Amino acid sequence: MPRMTVDPNYCKGCGLCIEACPKKIIRFSEDINAKGYHYAECFDQESCIGCKLCYTTCPDVAITVEK
Amino acid sequence: MGEKVLMKGNEAVAEAALRAGCRLYFAYPITPQSELIEYMAKMMPKVNGTFVQAESEVAAINMVYGASGAGKRVMTSSSSPGISLKMEGLSYIAGANLPAVVVNVQRGGPGLGDIQPAQGDYFQATKGGGHGDYKLIVLAPSTVQEFADMADLAFNLADKYRNPVMILSDGLIGQMMEPVDFKPPKTDAELEKINNQHLDWCMCPNEDEPNHHHHEVNSLELDPVVLEQHVLKLGQKYEEIKAKEIRYEEYNINGDNEVLVVAFGTASRIVKSAIDELKQEGRNIGLIRPITVWPYPYQAINKALHKNIRKVVVFELNLGQMVEDVKLAVNGKIPVDFLGKVGGILFTPEEAKQKILEGI
Amino acid sequence: MKVIATRPKSLTDLQFTYCPGCTHGIAHRLIAEAMDELEIRNITMGVAPVGCSVFAYKFFNCDMAEAAHGRAPALATGMKRAKPDMCVFTYQGDGDLAAIGTAEIVHAANRGEKITVFFVNNAIYGMTGGQMAPTTIPGMKTTTSPYGRDEQDIGYPIRVCELLDSLISPYFIERVSLLSPQEIIKAKKAVLKAMTYNKENRGFSFVEFISTCPTNWGLDPIKAREWARENMIPLFKVGNFRDKGVEGGNK
Repeated sequence: MPRMTVDPNYCKGCGLCIEACPKKIIRFSEDINAKGYHYAECFDQESCIGCKLCYTTCPDVAITVEK
Repeated sequence: MGEKVLMKGNEAVAEAALRAGCRLYFAYPITPQSELIEYMAKMMPKVNGTFVQAESEVAAINMVYGASGAGKRVMTSSSSPGISLKMEGLSYIAGANLPAVVVNVQRGGPGLGDIQPAQGDYFQATKGGGHGDYKLIVLAPSTVQEFADMADLAFNLADKYRNPVMILSDGLIGQMMEPVDFKPPKTDAELEKINNQHLDWCMCPNEDEPNHHHHEVNSLELDPVVLEQHVLKLGQKYEEIKAKEIRYEEYNINGDNEVLVVAFGTASRIVKSAIDELKQEGRNIGLIRPITVWPYPYQAINKALHKNIRKVVVFELNLGQMVEDVKLAVNGKIPVDFLGKVGGILFTPEEAKQKILEGI
Repeated sequence: MKVIATRPKSLTDLQFTYCPGCTHGIAHRLIAEAMDELEIRNITMGVAPVGCSVFAYKFFNCDMAEAAHGRAPALATGMKRAKPDMCVFTYQGDGDLAAIGTAEIVHAANRGEKITVFFVNNAIYGMTGGQMAPTTIPGMKTTTSPYGRDEQDIGYPIRVCELLDSLISPYFIERVSLLSPQEIIKAKKAVLKAMTYNKENRGFSFVEFISTCPTNWGLDPIKAREWARENMIPLFKVGNFRDKGVEGGNK
């Protein structure tokens, strides 16, 4: 079952992964990281297809994708 | 042993640099040092070295920065207007603790000036020129032999202290031909050692973790606390160089000197003639000739102020630059007189004699 | 389950200092991925510029030099000539490469130096706060073109790929864009090709990235990509200009 994880320490809440995800399963977290960003998080891992578009567009290499 | 040849200064220093193990040379043509770059163009391939004519002196000094950062002996050369273009690069090289050798065959300035010999770049070489707290080690030859000898010395000092070294020559020494005794070329074993001496910090082939290194060749440090430490360390290096690397010549220095003369480079040659002629006339004049103009032999000058000395005379081919350092050395003890010639014109031994005897 | 996408080894663990949504980070990652895939990390040295990416020397996990503004191609020349068995790349922005460094890039390209130059074009000077760049679009407002770039007064943007393409020597020249995941995937192919040619010492390779600067354009990262698509792409055509490694790719 593919999954994407965001490392909150790297994420700057830019939103590009949210826009890129074809399954629309990424959102901004309610929480903030140490720098004050609402980091991205996947809220429906079951639906992840491992397309890696989130990883591809992430400017901070905050995302890891497993398949 | 070496072989004695009659050679032009520009070519002699190039040949000496090759024998010192320099295998990378980047430069741009400019009179009066174009013979240097042409010699390198011809001879570098013969020792399997690299010669690149850069698009400008700016590019050349940055190529030097890169090659030095990769741990190799590398040299550039130019003349006054081109050296001005290198000031940024020299500040970066010094700030990044890199070895490099730069030859300045001075010509008349400021601006485009002329192509005759001059000493107008003294301030630029010894007081900065580039921005920030840095120093170049500056060697000032007065003969073609000395010019050539300084190549090996310059590379050794540059590598020892990880600092740029300038050989501050001029159009006269660059152009004239004199006999030169060359050191033998480095052996393969010596070259191997030279090329691998900086592997602990230079950019070089790497390994995977845990032996992976991350060498940075860099002068940027935005954290003021860290930059302070970095600059203080540079300062300590300069103090060490001042303590250990001052070089000068004493010419007819003795307790009965009537006048002390200070001059470097080409100016000192003329002064020596004047001193010799005055000796024939029964006068006793001494000369301190700085060989390193940075670090400067302040103490040597001060110590040479023997009891009979009435004044100090400084001769330069500029409006008065090194004379300020002499005044610092003399520290108000006795008057300091000055004769400067500009425009690329030299003073004659006769003019020098008159100046020396003036007022005494 | 195995990891199919994660931080390349050729990047250090430092968080990038770039603004949220800035495409510099993407360019860095593509280059690092190529270094990993080609297994050249341990024989690569790079040159960082002056600009937003001045700290690239901290981000790439290989030996790095920090150049004076614009001088990176000259440094790279010295580095490659000193250590021909190592791979050398530079990474530069529009001020660094197309303003102060114009002579250095043209001549390194013209000498056919066996290096790769990566050029991040975001039509503005980011680090210093949003001044006009040689690549700024006509009419575009910046802090030093507050009434909009007047091409009648100070000319049109410089198109570096086209400029370098006028030289005979370069081996590979391509302009790519980072404005969507699909374009990023295409960009990766160009980066990988350039670094492959680099590893094989074939000649001078050059990749220009059409990039965004959300902060200084005053747009969010997504709107910034739209703006770039509407205003930069028509002028800076994406595509391969030169590939001597391919039949018919040598003009």
